[in-house]
Amino acid sequence: MKPFDYYEPTSIGEACSLLGELGPAASLLAGGTDLVVRMKRGVSEPVGVINLKTIPGSNEIALEGGNVRIGALTRLADLAVSPLIRAKLPALALGADSVGTPQIRNLATLGGNLCNASPCADTAPALLVSEASLQISGRQGTRQESIASFFLAPGKTTLSAGEIVTAIIVPVPSLLTVQTFIKLGPRKSGDISVVNTAVSLSFDGGRCARARIALGSVAPTPLRARETEAWIEGQEASSIDAAEAGRRAAEEVRPISDLRGSQEYRKEMVSVLTERALSSLLQKL
Amino acid sequence: MEKTIRFHLNEKPLEVSCPVHWTLLELIRDRLGLTGTKGGCREGECGTCTVIVDGRNVNSCMMLAVDVAGRSVTTVEGLERNGELHPLQKAFIAKGAIQCGFCTPGMLMSAKALLDANPRPSRSEIRKALSGNLCRCTGYEKIFEAIESVGAGEIFDVDDGVWQAIEQVQKPRD
Repeated sequence: MKPFDYYEPTSIGEACSLLGELGPAASLLAGGTDLVVRMKRGVSEPVGVINLKTIPGSNEIALEGGNVRIGALTRLADLAVSPLIRAKLPALALGADSVGTPQIRNLATLGGNLCNASPCADTAPALLVSEASLQISGRQGTRQESIASFFLAPGKTTLSAGEIVTAIIVPVPSLLTVQTFIKLGPRKSGDISVVNTAVSLSFDGGRCARARIALGSVAPTPLRARETEAWIEGQEASSIDAAEAGRRAAEEVRPISDLRGSQEYRKEMVSVLTERALSSLLQKL
Repeated sequence: MEKTIRFHLNEKPLEVSCPVHWTLLELIRDRLGLTGTKGGCREGECGTCTVIVDGRNVNSCMMLAVDVAGRSVTTVEGLERNGELHPLQKAFIAKGAIQCGFCTPGMLMSAKALLDANPRPSRSEIRKALSGNLCRCTGYEKIFEAIESVGAGEIFDVDDGVWQAIEQVQKPRD
């Protein structure tokens, strides 16, 4: 690994100042499971590494009013077993539990998984279906951004110079909400998703009042199948055709062919995974 | 750039200076000379570099050494007590869970982290807990059996020149 200067800020303000001064030559270190590997391979050669873990209090999960607030440095292993997350945001617990291996989940953080902006990030679909937003600090103060607009392209987000994601704010779904997450990869552990999907359905008087389907690894950024969602909404639970929803979702994605799967295979798997996720949720009602 | 860090290694306090761009694996092997922990893929796939930091199994190849400041690190060398192998190590030998041995330090550390948190794991909990450790020899079954038997309270040792179960510890069921 190429040597670098190393910083241990003790507040978000100090970290933002450092990041602003050092500019694009600096990298933020959270769990390190991506950054350390990239530095070893020479893909990233930062002049300065700013360790965010020396800032106290950025790894807490709390219920605040109608929202769950998750500190950006919350480790994926903690997210996966948190009683609050499992009860209120089960798709996120499942997504967090699908990343990498147990050892990686003991290091990797939610903020890191999102800020890498990988199209296959396993925590992104669950946050998209729950319409989460990100709390972002910069030298000019703080702002909040919807996760739906945060990702721009592989590895690119709307974060500007000197900005740091400090927390993820997730509205608690209504009581009659069911959620799930499914990941497809060649191995059950340690693999990168070929396709992943999160589905959240909310019901009111027997009808689906809100349908959310998010898919990963099928476009330059994780995305929602908005037309399929609109087609499901308003239908009675007993009349929702999960297979037809799957076919419709497959028409909304734009996958590429790469070493993990062809475009055609991914589209087919979007159909299968969406159908499976919907069927399993409809059975739970 | 060098930095001095203080942490506990195998329950002993330690102060050491190392380059800030070193991984924990480099510090453990190259500076501290504890070569029980292996470097395999060096990118978090194989798990042979697994150590326990504050009770959790992690890949020491993916962690900067400076990140263990103030924390408690256990390596495979920290398993034995007064020259006696840990019950997990004895079970691995008795059950034939070791072949070439390269994955064994990582397997043991993931198994210890599991049993410390969940003393009587089910087979599926063992499989999941070990899913970040690759073994190219054993086919995993013997490893799972060894961990399961320790979870069930079996103690193995050499008796009459043969490795065998010598004691059954009664564990409370939860």
